[in-house]
Amino acid sequence: MSEPLLEARNLVKHYGSVEALRGASFTAYPGEVVSLIGDNGAGKSTLVKCLSGVEQPNDGELLFEGEPVTLSSPTDARDLGIETVFQDLAVAPDLDPAANLYLGRELKRSGPLGWFGVLDKKEMRRHAAEHFRNLGVSLQSIDVPIAALSGGQRQSVAVARSVAWASKLVFMDEPTAALGVVQRERVLDVIKRVRDQGIAVVLISHNMPEVLSVSDRIEVLRLGRRVARFKGPDTTVEELVGAMTGALSQEDAA
Amino acid sequence: MSTTEKTTLSTSDETPLLKRLAGANALWIGVVLVLLIAVFGALRPDAVFNQVTFQTTLAETSVLLVLAVGMTYVIITSGIDLSVGSVLVFSGVAAAQTMNALSDGDATKAGWDVVFAGLLVALGSGAAWGFLNGTLIARAKIPPLIVTLGSFGAATGAALLLNNGSNVGNIPENLTDTVGFGTYLGIPNMVLIAAAVTIVGALVLNTTRFGRYTYAVGSNEEAARRVGISVTGHLTRVYLLAGVLSGLAGFMALAYYRTASVTGHETDNLNAIAATVLGGTSVFGGVGSIVGSVFGVFIPSVLSKGLVFVEVNKFWQPIAMAIVLVVAVWFDQSRRRARNQR
Repeated sequence: MSEPLLEARNLVKHYGSVEALRGASFTAYPGEVVSLIGDNGAGKSTLVKCLSGVEQPNDGELLFEGEPVTLSSPTDARDLGIETVFQDLAVAPDLDPAANLYLGRELKRSGPLGWFGVLDKKEMRRHAAEHFRNLGVSLQSIDVPIAALSGGQRQSVAVARSVAWASKLVFMDEPTAALGVVQRERVLDVIKRVRDQGIAVVLISHNMPEVLSVSDRIEVLRLGRRVARFKGPDTTVEELVGAMTGALSQEDAA
Repeated sequence: MSTTEKTTLSTSDETPLLKRLAGANALWIGVVLVLLIAVFGALRPDAVFNQVTFQTTLAETSVLLVLAVGMTYVIITSGIDLSVGSVLVFSGVAAAQTMNALSDGDATKAGWDVVFAGLLVALGSGAAWGFLNGTLIARAKIPPLIVTLGSFGAATGAALLLNNGSNVGNIPENLTDTVGFGTYLGIPNMVLIAAAVTIVGALVLNTTRFGRYTYAVGSNEEAARRVGISVTGHLTRVYLLAGVLSGLAGFMALAYYRTASVTGHETDNLNAIAATVLGGTSVFGGVGSIVGSVFGVFIPSVLSKGLVFVEVNKFWQPIAMAIVLVVAVWFDQSRRRARNQR
């Protein structure tokens, strides 16, 4: 396999006396969907927070494209081309999809109007429509408030936004948790398309069939440590559950 | 080939203008306003469709309109500003006292330099109160209702302290004759100033990044913060804007009423809020327009003028207003609920 895109080695994170991560390792390669699974309290969320700059590990090493890095804020991660889709849709429901896509990164008109902060809505809308189409996100119109969309479309917009700005890697924390079957399929399609564009996707999910259907690789966390690594296509739900509960462990995984 | 295809797709995705207009609360409240004028006009065409009625109604409403522009920004961020009327009074008193002090106690014949100094004091006082509100709300995270309830009382008290509880007279004639009662092509200058503020306010809200962030912060503060928008800074600026506009409104009131009155503005805050909400701006934040607020400002004034013309007891006006207001909010709420259920 090629060089890892993002590699965490022996991360330790404790909150007071609670050890959330006890030497956890994690690897993501370019252009793959890697799922991060584990039981509640296994340290998934903490690990993702450390990898996306929201929290800083107490010990351990982070390597990005082979170089040691420290992520002291989410902005640091963003600068490296790492984006995160949050579990609770961080979108502005009253703004339209294009406005949400460009939120915080608005394009301004060129010339004097731009100096006054006048936005280039047309250009943003055009790019947004193009981007949504490339990802196969179908929206009946590009200028209705997000709140008027279905749950799946809303989540797709949130995913599309992160993907639009992520050049290297996207973390998705339970992106399908609140969705119905059809909507879930749609978001999973988007995830595959993102991977096909060469961006690595780290999927955090509780849904084993979903994990198996979309992942190239799967890493399992248990009690703050990586306990197993699997190749997506030739794994079964039993193996995953075994690794999560501790019935099965791989010596070389940690 | 691909370029043309993309362009056609993105434009055909847009909702047609008519459909968008029909979905806007502002349009419906505009229809209500036109209906009101039509009904009163049909009953008393002589009194309604005459220049004096139009001029006085517009001029009297100008001060409130300037307050409502600031209030629209505040309410879109899902905040509230109860202090606008008190800040208006404080700014008026401070400006009048400054002008008098600069003219040895009587500013009636003062020159333009003194008037300009008064304007700066009015805007500065408004800015100071607005900044105080914004800082307490955005940085100290105290609810806007409480902060501005506090500054509502504090600004009134401070205004009373400034001149021992009495009005300040001796307003420069230069100011009252031009700004207060001057006209340009038949339109009162008060109206022109308010119109300019409204147009700039609407343009900034609709076309600039400042406007976009105002909607974003009101719609989902956490989402705005996560994409790197400085929510604290933005909220502070919005309350600062409301304060500055209150200061300007105070200066306009000075010019129109020829005195810095410490009474008569106790319900300005509620009138501005009512106008804004009536105009389709949602108290839940994220939705609203300046155009709507313009309609909302004129509905109560048309109601009270019209009821006098048709010789209905004008005490019915607040009751009619209350009904329209509650219906407007109920309409907004049920529309949101229907939308969010999907």
